[in-house]
Amino acid sequence: MSCCGTTPAFDEIDEVSRLVSGKLAAFLRTLRDNGFAVGLAEGQDAASLMTSGYAAKPGLLRSAFKHLFSARRSDWERFDGIFDAFWLGKRVRSRSFALGSAKSANNPSLKSIQDGTQQSGTQSATDQVPSAADAPASRGGEGRMEGASRAENLAEVDFRKLADPEQIAQAHAAAAQLAKIMRTRLTRRDLAHRRGRRLDLRRTIHHNISHGGVPISLVKRQRKDKPLRLIVLLDASGSMSLYTSVFLRFIHGVLDAFREADAFLFHTRLAHVSDAMKEKDAARALDRLSLLAQGAGGGTKIGESLQTFNRWHAARVIHSRSAVIIVSDGYETGDAELLGREMAALAKRCRRIVWLNPMAGWEGYAPEARGIKAALPHVDLYAPANTLKSLSALEPYLARL
Amino acid sequence: MKNREEIAEALAKSGYIADGELATAISLMQRLRRPLLLEGEAGVGKTEVAKALAAVHATELIRLQCYEGLDQSSALYEWNYQRQLLAIQAHRGDADSIEDQIFSEKYLLERPLLAAIRRDEPPVLLIDEIDRADDEFEAFLLELLSDFQVSIPELGTIKAISIPHVVLTSNSTRELSDALRRRCLYHYVDYPDVEREARIIMARIDGASASLSLQIARMVESIRKEELRKVPGVAETLDWAAALVGLDVRDLHDAREIVHETLMCLVKTQEDKVRVTREVAERILGKVA
Repeated sequence: MSCCGTTPAFDEIDEVSRLVSGKLAAFLRTLRDNGFAVGLAEGQDAASLMTSGYAAKPGLLRSAFKHLFSARRSDWERFDGIFDAFWLGKRVRSRSFALGSAKSANNPSLKSIQDGTQQSGTQSATDQVPSAADAPASRGGEGRMEGASRAENLAEVDFRKLADPEQIAQAHAAAAQLAKIMRTRLTRRDLAHRRGRRLDLRRTIHHNISHGGVPISLVKRQRKDKPLRLIVLLDASGSMSLYTSVFLRFIHGVLDAFREADAFLFHTRLAHVSDAMKEKDAARALDRLSLLAQGAGGGTKIGESLQTFNRWHAARVIHSRSAVIIVSDGYETGDAELLGREMAALAKRCRRIVWLNPMAGWEGYAPEARGIKAALPHVDLYAPANTLKSLSALEPYLARL
Repeated sequence: MKNREEIAEALAKSGYIADGELATAISLMQRLRRPLLLEGEAGVGKTEVAKALAAVHATELIRLQCYEGLDQSSALYEWNYQRQLLAIQAHRGDADSIEDQIFSEKYLLERPLLAAIRRDEPPVLLIDEIDRADDEFEAFLLELLSDFQVSIPELGTIKAISIPHVVLTSNSTRELSDALRRRCLYHYVDYPDVEREARIIMARIDGASASLSLQIARMVESIRKEELRKVPGVAETLDWAAALVGLDVRDLHDAREIVHETLMCLVKTQEDKVRVTREVAERILGKVA
């Protein structure tokens, strides 16, 4: 924007445009706080739109901004509300901005997730900017992982026996680390063996220049293998509450490190949590999740949740090289037969189903619960997962897929 | 450059009944020179938007169908290796001149992306089902869409003669990268409402009367509300309408038997077929005035 105010008329325009651009900047901030990915280029484009007649009617401007700023369907559907709230002063904001920290504290099962990183509950009632001010301070309390040796000790401790916050923080960090290590190793093994199938003519000609262009030694290539995709379904019901926090942390690490991964949370219903989990800061990601986990404590409907998954999500998230990991104790309060049916349907779709049962690591535990009995015939690997060690034992298995 | 009203009018003339916001999107495309990303369920007419756009601008439509494993050589350019080999054989021993010769335009095969930037008149470039292509290709595409130039090592850099109007479509079988999303304008194509769907039927199917079109649109809308595995899109509606018109149906209530028999145009999986029983269809038909 030019700033050469020689004529008075120009000054006035400048003044107006300063006001407008100030307001626009505030709007962009609001959008960012609502999870829109808005960059500088979009801001400039928006400014140029406002100066070129699109601002004449609110409806037109809204529609134009909607196309410009939305990047996905969820944005698309929320945009009108945010726009109206900001520019026209209608009260919609509370709903669209609910992702913050509002209700988390009084949620029983996910309380443990918070582990000492209590957000100051007072400020959430007001308005935007949940981030900058309070986050770093609370993150400080969580503490960094210091050295590997102490995590080593933790490797065989059952998660439910972790008591003091420091230990929990360490277990979380170790779980995140573990996910990262699994990633690098899995991908390297991916690349190890590859032999060509199709002829690569470009390289063949290049290689055979010394033979005068006669293709003697052939160069071949093969289509790249699809990377393994992990889909994690985590039981967040009351009976699992001692384990959810560590697994959430593990899933957060998996989503961060794997290029292809998806995560779902279920108790009485199913929630897709990949987006919430993609938050870089783990504590904040878990915070966002506590909202999604509402309703915990009312039993576990694994069958119904799987049905929802098969129906609405499976086609999108599962491809031919997918492994589904279900983390649950298998206490089904709904219809166990339905669970069996849905497991069968799921088994047809994906390459492997891994069922992690934290209780399987307990002494004297046998899979007697109705749910787990119905599900087991369709499970490829049934493993305990109550310690970090048992989690890391998964990696060689997944690497073979 | 056309303004919004002219675009809406031109769209209607080309046979595409757009919702109000699409015209805005298209005018923004011109103004901001950004690609348009269309998302929506299968069969809601995403690809048709590109065709209509080509009609609006009275220009050529170049289509790149994405699939898994799509790479540069089938999207951008490829040397004609067979001809090159032949030329090498034919001009044996004349190394210098043959090299210049086989890496010239004559041996270059233009693929859709290269073709799109080398037209005198800006064409409409439709990149269909981008979600089916690999991540790597998406990244490559991003680069092309921001610079509009291509470098071919043997030939040098080819700059765009004209900047094409780019439309990308996605069925969201895979999550697209944030970078690509941010680069594009976004438009979500939803199922049309009853009135618009009726207008679409009338525009596309010869011989569909206003009352029949409305009945069909209402019926389809109710069927969409049933919990189906595969929800019928506009394409299915049009198929069904064509079938009904072809069978000389004037009013759905007078031709219940035909309605049942032709429902296969809409309901396409065994599971859904079981769900939409005769009774369900009757009930829906009863509600359609």
